Amino acid sequence: MYKIAVLGDRESVLGFKALGLDVHSAETVEDGRKILHRLAKDGQTAIIYLTEQYAAQMMDEVKKYKDEVMPAIILIPGKAGSMGIGMQNITDSVERAVGADIL
Amino acid sequence: MPTTTVNATRMELTRLKKKLRTAVRGHKLLKDKRDELMKQFLDLIRENRDLRRRVEEGMMRAHGSFTVASALMSSEMLEQSLLYPKQSVDLNMKFKNIMSVNTPVYQFSTRSENSGDIYPYGFATTSGELDGAVDALSSVFQDMLKLAQIEKTTQLLAEEIEKTRRRVNALEYVMIPDTQYKIKYITMKLDENERNNTIRLMKVKDMMLEQALEEKRKETAAALKLFENE
Repeated sequence: MYKIAVLGDRESVLGFKALGLDVHSAETVEDGRKILHRLAKDGQTAIIYLTEQYAAQMMDEVKKYKDEVMPAIILIPGKAGSMGIGMQNITDSVERAVGADIL
Repeated sequence: MPTTTVNATRMELTRLKKKLRTAVRGHKLLKDKRDELMKQFLDLIRENRDLRRRVEEGMMRAHGSFTVASALMSSEMLEQSLLYPKQSVDLNMKFKNIMSVNTPVYQFSTRSENSGDIYPYGFATTSGELDGAVDALSSVFQDMLKLAQIEKTTQLLAEEIEKTRRRVNALEYVMIPDTQYKIKYITMKLDENERNNTIRLMKVKDMMLEQALEEKRKETAAALKLFENE
């Protein structure tokens, strides 16, 4: 059995508690980084939903886990709205695979 | 062009020919793999974009309702309401093999039987907007899970395609021409040696013939002299 974690600022992730997900709120990016590493290493968490606001400041960490099967770090828009990083990631994937953005 | 020197021997030639055959075969196989991966990838990436757009819209709706709810309720109340979730989600992960790339397939099961009854709080003290927010989140959750699966799959596929593409290119533009050049070099060198040898043999034969002839001539001359003297 694996867990699904949600990581972000308190207000953005609070709602996911109602769905029964493993909610972690971080006040600062530094906290977020620590929690992300802890979650990624525990071998229990298969999916981590991370708010774009935090992801923007820890791109290195996100990239590090990109080629691993577990965990899948999926960016979601925080309460301030979408920053387009999630979409940009898709474009990056295309560029990586094809060599050019063909879509 | 190869920078290393090659041994111009028949053994090396056989080895290189074998290597070339393997390289050509590997190149063809890897190219097929790349094409198939690319096909799967392009299908998935379109789905990924649509799904992400849908999830982001759904999330924004949920965040909107949530913001209103948090304006209407105190933050302590809000947190208290959501503190003990009624529902819990179990995630099962299996792997699907796409062209030797292990991609995750998520299956999730919710623990509460009634999917309509997800509100972990009483309705008396909470705002209706909170219901809306939780509702919006739970309706977008299915898509979020699917998004996680597809996005991870595309990321893993992208990595594998990149790797395969590099390999194909390395084989096509470096390894195969290199080996072909070496084979050509050795063949030419060996042919040259062969000709050298033939020429040498011909030369030796000529020399031996000449020697024999000379000897014969001497013999004849000696015989003639003997004959004249008698």
